[in-house]
Amino acid sequence: MSLTLIAFLFLSLVAVFCGLMTVLSKNPIHSVIYLIGCFFAIAGHYLLLNAQFLAVVHIIVYAGAIMVLFLFTLMLMNLNKESEKHKAAIARIGAVIAAGAMMLVLVAVLKRADSLAIPSTQNIAIGTIENLGRVLLNEYLFPFEFASVLLLSAMIGAVLLAKKDHQKAA
Amino acid sequence: MESIFNIVPIQYYIFISAVLFCIGILGVLFRRNSIIIFMSIELMLNAVNLLLVAFSTYHNDASGQVFVFFVMAVAAAEVAVGLAILVTIFRNVHTVDIDELKSLKN
Repeated sequence: MSLTLIAFLFLSLVAVFCGLMTVLSKNPIHSVIYLIGCFFAIAGHYLLLNAQFLAVVHIIVYAGAIMVLFLFTLMLMNLNKESEKHKAAIARIGAVIAAGAMMLVLVAVLKRADSLAIPSTQNIAIGTIENLGRVLLNEYLFPFEFASVLLLSAMIGAVLLAKKDHQKAA
Repeated sequence: MESIFNIVPIQYYIFISAVLFCIGILGVLFRRNSIIIFMSIELMLNAVNLLLVAFSTYHNDASGQVFVFFVMAVAAAEVAVGLAILVTIFRNVHTVDIDELKSLKN
């Protein structure tokens, strides 16, 4: 067994375990921590796939920004205690069955898919900042600009929503 | 450089993505805390991202990785607005339990 395969299996195991614990742990703070672990494992997968820049951006955006946002919200609402009530047993069993059936269908369909010929060589330079920037600003310039508009509107919307209502306060 | 898919078949990446996606589905259906549901949605988006990167490397094409950037931008926007909505809801009804938030029903 080669080192790459061992690394892949280890990262997959960590990702699946942390993902499951995210869903199953009672304390929301623990969920956030486990999700960060899962994101690190996925970043390791990106490194294995020669997407170096994407791995770094993934860590910065997800572990650095989004999960901190989650943590802040949890602390702000004082939800860091295990006070959540469970769903009804029938709803929980239904959830497990639905997710399991979905996985069964996905795996059963994708297992039979024909695989393409594996390219014999791999271009290492694909995941570099230089190459990604060239593709992003040449072929995908228009969606790129629209992403900035989306982020701006999301920012304005978030500020408007979270702001205290002045009329009620006065 | 030798392709990684000679060592790790592309099917393995498909399966790990499917498993992560289904864990996300399980989280959305299983939990009542809406913040955990948001986290499960993040997990699903990440499963898709992983598969996009795998196929991008498989085809030696950078477009897949560029799409991951757009998914990240959308996820960031979604989380920012969603958490702002949750904070507003919490301020008004003092809970984020989705089974309590059913005032649209009657």
